[in-house]
Amino acid sequence: MSETATAGTIGVIVSHAELAAALVDAVRTISGVADALHSVSNEGCDPKALVARIETAIGGRPAVLFVDLPGGSCLSSAIRLARGRGELAVVTGVNLAMLLDFVFHRDLPPAEAAQRAVEAGSRAIRTPAA
Amino acid sequence: MSLSLIRLDDRLIHGQVVVGWGQPLNVGFIVLVDDEVRNSAWEQDLYRMGVPPGIDVVFAAISEVSRQLAAWKSDPRPGILLVGDVDTLAGLIAAAGNDIHRINVGGVHHRPGRSERLRYVYLTDDEAAKLKQLASNGVEVTAQDVPTARAVPIGEFL
Repeated sequence: MSETATAGTIGVIVSHAELAAALVDAVRTISGVADALHSVSNEGCDPKALVARIETAIGGRPAVLFVDLPGGSCLSSAIRLARGRGELAVVTGVNLAMLLDFVFHRDLPPAEAAQRAVEAGSRAIRTPAA
Repeated sequence: MSLSLIRLDDRLIHGQVVVGWGQPLNVGFIVLVDDEVRNSAWEQDLYRMGVPPGIDVVFAAISEVSRQLAAWKSDPRPGILLVGDVDTLAGLIAAAGNDIHRINVGGVHHRPGRSERLRYVYLTDDEAAKLKQLASNGVEVTAQDVPTARAVPIGEFL
């Protein structure tokens, strides 16, 4: 394995349209971390095919599955895969803030990384005084 | 009748249904007819997760349709009935007797063996033949993914 330096829990973003790919791109631009995240779109595929796309992106590694909405086809397929598998965890409501935190804490096992991401993502949702 | 939409959609309960159709129709309940989901508590939990608290979700097997259809249709709230595949749709319509007159093809996505009929409708030849059969039996079949799109008559895509 040539990824020793950056090995750890990976993130797979599962979204509608091109949102996941855009998030991966934004994280790379901001953080410089290029290999921590993978994107999957539900565009044009049926639920079984979406499960297969996610499985391919996971590639047998421990992973957090970051899903855009707390319901719907992306979540259904993610949970279908993650059920009963300790090396996978699911987070809904993905945002850029949680991903930027996640890529620097990939030493955590998926369940802990997922919990941390929820906290980091939640802290970013505010109504600052303008 | 208060089943505003009877829809074939392999993603079952998802954003297009809950938001895209649910908002303009002011939906009060969703009926999901699927034998597999009917018997799976965790899948039912999963589909409920995508639905706001004000919308009831009912899970039914095809064998329960004939007994319950009248109650769904007389419910004062607008409702959406969903099936995920062409065989379940055919079973639903058989179970409903002559009580279903219009169906919406909302999304059947790509998998091996299916070919593209519309951007969001992929069907095997067998599935296409079954849909045509429903249409020739007098059911109005149109394809429309979201309410703001045009309803495409079956003759234009099959």
